[in-house]
Amino acid sequence: MSALLELDLIAARDALRARKITSTELTAAYLARIEATAGLNAFITVTADKAMAMAAASDARLAKGEGGALEGLPIAIKDLFCTEGVLTTAASRILDGFKPTYESTVTGNLWRAGAVMLGKTNMDEFAMGSSSGTSFYGPAINPWRGAQDAGAPLVPGGSSGGSAAAVAGWSALAATGTDTGGSIRQPASFTGIVGLKPSYGRCSRWGIVAFASSLDQAGPMTRTVRDAAVMLSAMAGHDPKDSTSAAEALPDLEASLEAGVKGLRIGVPAEYRVDGMPSEIEEIWTRGIAWLRDAGAEIVDISLPHTRYALPTYYIVAPAEASSNLARYDGVRYGLRVEGENLSAMYANTRGAGFGAEVQRRVLIGTYVLSAGYYDAYYRKAQRVRALIRRDFDEAFGKVDAILTPTAPSDAFAVGANEDDPVKMYLNDVFTVPASLAGLPGMSVPAGLSARGLPLGLQVLGRMFDEPMVLRVGRAIENAAAFTARPAMLEGV
Amino acid sequence: MAEQDGAAPYRIQGETGAWEVVIGLEVHAQVISKSKLFSGAATTFGAEPNTQVSLVDAAMPGMLPVINRECVDQAVRTGLALEATVNEVSVFDRKNYFYADLPQGYQISQYQQPIVGEGVVHLDLPDGSVKEVGIERLHLEQDAGKSLHDQHPTKSYIDLNRSGVALMEIVSKPDLRSPEETAAYIKKLRSILRYIGTCDGNMQEGSMRCDVNVSVRKPVDGYGTRCEIKNVNSIRFVQQAIEYEARRQIEILEAGGSIDQETRLFDANRGETRSMRSKEEAHDYRYFPDPDLLPLKLDPARIAELKAALPELPDVKKARFMRDYGLSLYDASSLIEERATADWYEAVVTGGGGKRDPKIAANWTISELFGALNKAGLDLADSRVSAEALGGLIDLIGDGTISGRIAKDVFAEMFATGNDAATIVEEKGLRQVSDTGEIEAVIDAVLAENQDKVAEYRSGKDKLFGFFVGQTMKRSGGKANPGMVNDLLKAKLAG
Repeated sequence: MSALLELDLIAARDALRARKITSTELTAAYLARIEATAGLNAFITVTADKAMAMAAASDARLAKGEGGALEGLPIAIKDLFCTEGVLTTAASRILDGFKPTYESTVTGNLWRAGAVMLGKTNMDEFAMGSSSGTSFYGPAINPWRGAQDAGAPLVPGGSSGGSAAAVAGWSALAATGTDTGGSIRQPASFTGIVGLKPSYGRCSRWGIVAFASSLDQAGPMTRTVRDAAVMLSAMAGHDPKDSTSAAEALPDLEASLEAGVKGLRIGVPAEYRVDGMPSEIEEIWTRGIAWLRDAGAEIVDISLPHTRYALPTYYIVAPAEASSNLARYDGVRYGLRVEGENLSAMYANTRGAGFGAEVQRRVLIGTYVLSAGYYDAYYRKAQRVRALIRRDFDEAFGKVDAILTPTAPSDAFAVGANEDDPVKMYLNDVFTVPASLAGLPGMSVPAGLSARGLPLGLQVLGRMFDEPMVLRVGRAIENAAAFTARPAMLEGV
Repeated sequence: MAEQDGAAPYRIQGETGAWEVVIGLEVHAQVISKSKLFSGAATTFGAEPNTQVSLVDAAMPGMLPVINRECVDQAVRTGLALEATVNEVSVFDRKNYFYADLPQGYQISQYQQPIVGEGVVHLDLPDGSVKEVGIERLHLEQDAGKSLHDQHPTKSYIDLNRSGVALMEIVSKPDLRSPEETAAYIKKLRSILRYIGTCDGNMQEGSMRCDVNVSVRKPVDGYGTRCEIKNVNSIRFVQQAIEYEARRQIEILEAGGSIDQETRLFDANRGETRSMRSKEEAHDYRYFPDPDLLPLKLDPARIAELKAALPELPDVKKARFMRDYGLSLYDASSLIEERATADWYEAVVTGGGGKRDPKIAANWTISELFGALNKAGLDLADSRVSAEALGGLIDLIGDGTISGRIAKDVFAEMFATGNDAATIVEEKGLRQVSDTGEIEAVIDAVLAENQDKVAEYRSGKDKLFGFFVGQTMKRSGGKANPGMVNDLLKAKLAG
């Protein structure tokens, strides 16, 4: 049993194709593992029956020598993706009991490629958070524990924390996440896995519960860089149902994976050395720079001068869009309804009970920054700054092929920490938000352990639609880092 | 007292003198298209509630809008027909507000960058002059669903069939100065939209709705504070609403008060406007560009293509009818208001080898056919008389087969039965008698029966000529050729 879980996505794929294992036994192993790790609260819904049925169908196809790129591979889906006939909650009470009659484009692509659905993973409510602690279904827990304080549960990061915990805790071979300001990359860093946010428009947003439309992007969370390439290849593609979906053809993501970084120019932005950054973050960054230099890359000091405005800009743009996107959860057609004496009271009761504190906070911020008299000072100005941030990257990418930064300013923090201080929580996104605002691809790769023995990731950023470069540099870091540490809970599995 | 005679401007007489009314219109015209503005759902009117609703229209989680290019083409056609600037780049914005029949919690509309900019509509005024009414802009937006409040004692029902249907909001400049001008503007706009097939203009079914902005001022003053009267759904109501609202404002101003800028409702049953919400209560719509949609870019080649394919528009057609067919402004105007009518009339004129007199054709179309249709409460589309058949009737008059008087009877028969003129004339033996001998025989009989009157006539009582004509026509069953009757009678009486 444990041997099956040891296989990463590529290894499992090859074993399935070689008929050394079956999807049925692989899937059963993962379902058992999900039960064993229920304490992580990584899943909101486990679709065991569906998983076994899909596995059986995959086995039938594999037996005939057929099957897609992910045939028979059990994966987990962030509960922000609408899945036909399967409870879809966005970790919010307001979507209580909501079972879509439709399948999101990305998950549809995955099932067509043969993947097997294990279930829907926990997350911050409506993807708003950096801890997966704002979930109506309770916080997701990081499989890792601090070396000194093994009793204290840590957050897996957020918002895709359930997906991160599932992959890091081996209760899924891989998972989907979504990233609006860092929601794939920061949890990947906190849990020692690979998390890739593609270029905006790479993956269709159709069927993904919207948080901030101009920023939301789906991506893979995996054990290895190659796994991420394979997953993204299946997820991505132009979708006429999403007007912002990119028409650019997806290149072969595995082709240049092992090409190395020799001769590449890697940018190191001065502005990412933020005040009060823990020295171990600085150290892991320095180590990453050295790995790439040793592998033959040219390290280039670059400047992204508007970086310090990225976080405030993000916290205007994202809540503004969210305040409008979440208006549809009104109790009229689906999900929770709390009756009231008139329509306004019904709205207030429903939304008051259905949305958690963080969602309400962001809806209020967003409503405020869009309101008459404040629009120019906030929303319009934020759009202008966003354009400047984009220009910073454009200029930088005139000089370099990829940019290397830390993923997050800390390692995983304790469950419950930062909850009374939203700004401190928002600071988790400081390194990930700029690329989100610019729409650029970014990936977190595990690079080492903190003093507390917790994983730390490095972030690779690339040009628009240059996922092959991001993966190539990420693979070089993965090689150099040789990150083999595992959370204690995986010992003896 | 309101007055409007001839060229005198419309004024409302108040205690302090004459007031001018300033009117601007926002017309919401439902775009004719198979599917909605951002979804594939159908748009047929009158379908069972909630049967034409896609996942997008119901604002299900994760659903995204995709622009329907046909609706865009329709807006471009309309812009071109309004002689307006078509903007090659326009932007869709979200207009945010909560209502139960607005599933998204926002309406996708166009705020700062509409698809169509300034244009003009030409109105023919009763005094024969032409007034230009400026168009401020035209933008595309989604319609909301419908709330049904009368189906249940305490609950409201929602029908989303209309949710997401494309509307063109056509905003006029405040160029209108009377209820009559406003009515003429709506009719003209409707005529243009119907010509180009972008809106059916059916106000009863709600496919054309008006918001009316009304203010009053002393003729030399600047604009007064306006009130917006929402959702008035017939031309008659628009006129009533303007008149009521103008008088209401004048009364307030003359009593020393001031007008609050507000949104009002027209109560058709009571013929009055009522406050709906004040400026302070006005919604803050929090407009911002819809991040689900890219800016709408139009290919200049496509605009040119749509322009080339536009049909002849009412103003051009009217001028041509007056020029080529010698019609009066009145006749030309009534024939061109509807494209189908104009086409019908032209089919009459151009049929029959071009021998038909366009003026006679216009008279028959307007006086006889329209008169009969009106009386029967029918539309041209319901007419049992085809253009070809009316042409046939005109030809029978032209070649002397029947007289104009008989022709009216034949037309009545055609209108009732749908038979063609020649058949009716044959079956009923209505062919005009133009045989000299036959008419002479009738005249002889008449004269023989009225020898006393013949004597009177011959002694100088000329007026009796009409009596002999009448008797002769009567005896011939109306079929005798009236010209020949005249000539032959004169000869015989001259004896």
